[in-house]
This record gives sequence, C-alpha cells and structure tokens, in this order.
Amino acid sequence: MKQLMSAKGIFAISVVLLCALVPLISAALDNTYWPGVFMRAMIWAIAAISLNLILGYGGMVSFGHALFLGVGGYAVGILAYYEIDSGWIHLFAVLGSCAIIGLIVGAVSLRTRGVYFIMITMALSQMMYYLIISIDEYGSDDGLVIYNRSDFGLSFFSLDNPNTLYYTIFFCMLGALWLCARIVGSRFGNVIRGAASNETRMQAMGFPTYRYRLTCFVISGLICGLAGMLSANVESFISPDALHWTKSGELIFMVVLGGMATLFGPVAGALVFWLLSEFLPQLPEINGFRLGEHWHLIFGPFLLLVIIFFRRGIASLFEREGARP
Amino acid sequence: MSTVMLEVKELRKSFGGVKATDGVSLEVIEGEVHAIIGPNGAGKTTLISQLSGLQRSDGGSTVFAGRDITRLSAPARSRLGLARTFQITSVFHDFTALQNVALAIQAHSGHSFRFLKDASSDQVLTEPARRRLADVGLGERADIPAGDLAHGEQRQLEIAMALATDPKMLLLDEPMAGMGPADSADMTSYLKSIKGQVTMLLVEHDMQAVFQLADRISVLVYGRIIATGDPQSIRSNKEVREAYLGED
Ligand SMILES: Nc1ncnc2c1ncn2[C@@H]1O[C@H](COP(=O)(O)OP(=O)(O)O)[C@@H](O)[C@H]1O
Ligand SMILES: [Mg+2]
Repeated sequence: MKQLMSAKGIFAISVVLLCALVPLISAALDNTYWPGVFMRAMIWAIAAISLNLILGYGGMVSFGHALFLGVGGYAVGILAYYEIDSGWIHLFAVLGSCAIIGLIVGAVSLRTRGVYFIMITMALSQMMYYLIISIDEYGSDDGLVIYNRSDFGLSFFSLDNPNTLYYTIFFCMLGALWLCARIVGSRFGNVIRGAASNETRMQAMGFPTYRYRLTCFVISGLICGLAGMLSANVESFISPDALHWTKSGELIFMVVLGGMATLFGPVAGALVFWLLSEFLPQLPEINGFRLGEHWHLIFGPFLLLVIIFFRRGIASLFEREGARP
Repeated sequence: MSTVMLEVKELRKSFGGVKATDGVSLEVIEGEVHAIIGPNGAGKTTLISQLSGLQRSDGGSTVFAGRDITRLSAPARSRLGLARTFQITSVFHDFTALQNVALAIQAHSGHSFRFLKDASSDQVLTEPARRRLADVGLGERADIPAGDLAHGEQRQLEIAMALATDPKMLLLDEPMAGMGPADSADMTSYLKSIKGQVTMLLVEHDMQAVFQLADRISVLVYGRIIATGDPQSIRSNKEVREAYLGED
C-alpha cells in the first residue's frame, strides 16, 4: 500500500486510469481519434516493457527487438492470408514462432558481449527484414493487408468491436506489467539482475548464467510478439517496416526515455514518445518555418536532454531520491 | 593420515607470450591454510581464476575432493563446494548486503527457474543470509545497499558471500587488499576463527597476516612455484629471500 501512495505510485495509477478512461471520454466527446492513438501507444508500451526486461534489468542491449513485433505481426498476417482466422491458432503461431526465433537469436547473440551483442541482434533482425522483403507471396515491401481480425470464436469477445479491441490491449499491457514485476522480484529475476551487473561473480557463486539469460530473452520476445499480434489486429496490416532496425532503435529510446530498469518507465516512455510524435507534426508555422514538418528538430534534442539530465528517464522525476550514479 | 582436498598438476596458462601459469603443481591438505605469496604479476590471480573455472587452462589437471574437475565450468565447481573471493571487490552494489548473501545462498538451493514468487521475502534465503552477515560482523548493516558500504565492509561482505554456502574450500584472492591496518587485523582474526572448518588457499601480500594464518606457504614467481614449506622454512629459504622477500 505504501508503495502505491508514493509519487511514483500515484503517477503510475493516473496513467493507467487515463488509458482506461480514454474510450469513455472520447465517446462522450464524440471523438474517434484518441482511442486509436492510445491503442498504438499501449502496444508500444507492451513492446517497451518486454525490451526493458532484457535491456533494463538484464543488461542485454538488443538492437533488434522489433524483430518480434514483426514476427508476431506476420504470424497473424500470413495465417490470415490463408484465411485461417482463428485467434487461438494465431496466438499459438505467434508464441511458437517467437519462441523459436527468440531461442535461435538469443543462443547466438548471448555468446557475445557489449557492442558485438548490439551488432548481432541488429544484424539478425535485419536478416529477417530482408528475408520478408524477398518473399513476393507475402507482399514483399508493400506488406500484407489483413482482412479478418483474430477470431477467438467467443460471442461476447470480438476484436472487431473497437472497445473490445481497446480493452484487450489495455489488459495485455497490465498483464505485461504484472508479469514483469513478478519476474523481476523472483529468484529468476535475481539471476537476471545479478548477471547484468557482474556475470563473472554470478558464475563463481554457482549460477550457470547463460541458460537464465537465454530464457529471459525468449520471455521478452514472447511478450513483444504479443504486441506484434495486437498491432496487426489494430492496423489490419503488417509490413516489413515493423521490424526495421529503426523501430528497434525507437523501442530503445522509449525504454531509456521512460527509465531503464524501472517497472513503469517503459509505459511512460512509450506514451510520451507516441504522443509527442503525434502532436509535434501539428505544430504551427513560425516566421515561415514549418515547425510541424521539421518536428524531429524538437523531438531529437528533447530526448537527448531527458537522457542527459535524468539517468533514469521520466521515472526519476518520481523517485524520492535520485538514482545512484 | 591427512587427506588431499585439492591436487593441481602441471597447470598452464598463457596470455599471448606471457606464461602466467607455467606448470604449477600444488597440493592443499584438508583443513589447512595454504598461502600463496609472490610478487605482482606472478600469476596468483590467474591461478585462482583457473582453479575456480573462470579461466580455461591450457593444460594440466585439477582434482578437488577426490573428483577430477579439470573440465568443469565455474558454476559446477562452485556447486561442488569450491568457493572464491575476488581481489577487486565484486559485490552487487544495487543489492543490499543481505540480498548479496541471499543471492549466494540461492545459487546453491536448487535451480532458479522460479518466476513468480517474491525472492526478497523468501525466508529460506534470507534467514541463513542474516546469520552469515552477523558472523562477519555486518549484522547491523544488512539493509544497506552494498554500494554504500565502506571498503572494509565490502571486503567482509565478499567473504560472507563466499562462505554463505558452507564451501569445502575457499580460494581467497588478497582478502586484505586496500585495507587499513585495523581492518586487516580484524580480517586476519576472522579468518583465524574459521580456520580448520574450511580449507583455504590464501593469496595475500600482507606478510604479517600470512605468517599468522598459514600452515604452509608456496612461493609463486613468474608462474612457477619455486618453494613450498612451513612458514619457518620459507622465511629462511635463501632462494625465496632473493626472489621475493628480499625485494619487499
Ligand atoms: N586477461 C589477461 N590478459 C592478458 N594478460 C593477462 C591477463 N590476466 C593476467 N595477465 C598477465 O598475466 C600475468 C599474471 O597476472 P596476475 O595473475 O594478475 O598476477 P598477480 O595476481 O600475481 O599479480 C601478468 O603478467 C598479467 O599481465
Ligand atoms: Mg592478483
């Protein structure tokens, strides 16, 4: 309880409440714009939560995490292309493919450290990007239109209903937060955090760290794949852009912006990132200079300043004492 | 009849052209404190790292508690009861002192594929950890982040973590490194108090500590052991005095 009453807790609860209320408020205001924005932001939040697990807590700086967004999306897209619309099959395919690809990518990349790890994760995700582009059957770089959303065959639950879709994403985000919180505090989480700060010591103490880090990498990929599945259902579309390395970079930005190794940071980071990239392009023209068109000129320095002045990103605004350097 | 706890034969390790370990053979008897002394760069840390499995050896064999561990990984050696400390303090700064020791205990209490249960309130880990901290005199400091502990306290924590799982043998890499005389004396008397309960291979520069603690001493120079014997004979060994003690 005490935790919930802290500044951090109050901030987290207000953001969650805001996400919960957006459809109601915009229905009252006859607005259809904001639920769409928040749905996408929450999907990114799920992906950022999953990345934070390996990057923030596990010290594994993956520069290829969008790979799982793409794999999750294409698992849905390709099945839908063959008119297999069962949501259960979709879910199974998403989790299965992300587990296999997570195992392979993790097994290869986790044998390296530092810059090599960054480069290998990036290279492997780019390989998948080019592989998908080369397959004309699945739309090449034009992508795939998904004509039918994942259908779970339940009369009371249809993703075609905008509110159902919205709250499915909302509860998936809460679920990801809950899972991440539990994992981080568990014995498994101890090993992951310990290996991030001193892997040699962990091994000397008796932890075979590799298998734990690999498992963490796969779990993270599964959660991110789920975000990809949700995204495919929101956009009714999937293209190779979903797993381009720039998307992986944006994910890292969100995590760092929100606060690495903080539970709620990735959500804050994803929301701010998404809202800014939604708002800034609408900025007015000043002295003939179209600010909106060059919004990256504001966006970039803003991100930079946050990262320079707040080591733990947005989350450090709500911590009573600053994080130790 | 004394039993051999650790038997090392012809251990080798080179870094490029540097022979850090150049055919080291060594026997450590159960219950003894066996000190290794030698000048900087002699290969003491490298030897400890090879014995703990963190550095792969180029050649040689190691038998620990009657088992050939030559090919075992560091975690596997640790689980057999071969623990080590580090010359450069290697505690987890973001974890409290208690969590550091609890982590060491966790390493030896089954697998850690437990994802949902809260570990910090798991008394199976925290209760013994609390006792261990009290043993080394850190009982009052249990909830302080390790990064905020004084240097001497971090060295104590380092030892507490290595001892947390009742190892058969402890490899100590300069436990008094960077300590003042008072802390050094404390550490010496603590190690003395556990002497006999756990076999120790003690790498140390502080000669006073070494002569107080060691049953036997081996002298390592350029990756080779040039003499082994009881403290008296090492003190009076001419070769040793020339190679090492004389220079000090
Ligand atoms: N990882 C390494 N890479 C290259 N050379 C090393 C490495 N570790 C140790 N050495 C070299 O091996 C020799 C022995 O080093 P070390 O074992 O640290 O000595 P000591 O602990 O006795 O001071 C030194 O010459 C050192 O430079
Ligand atoms: Mg050394």
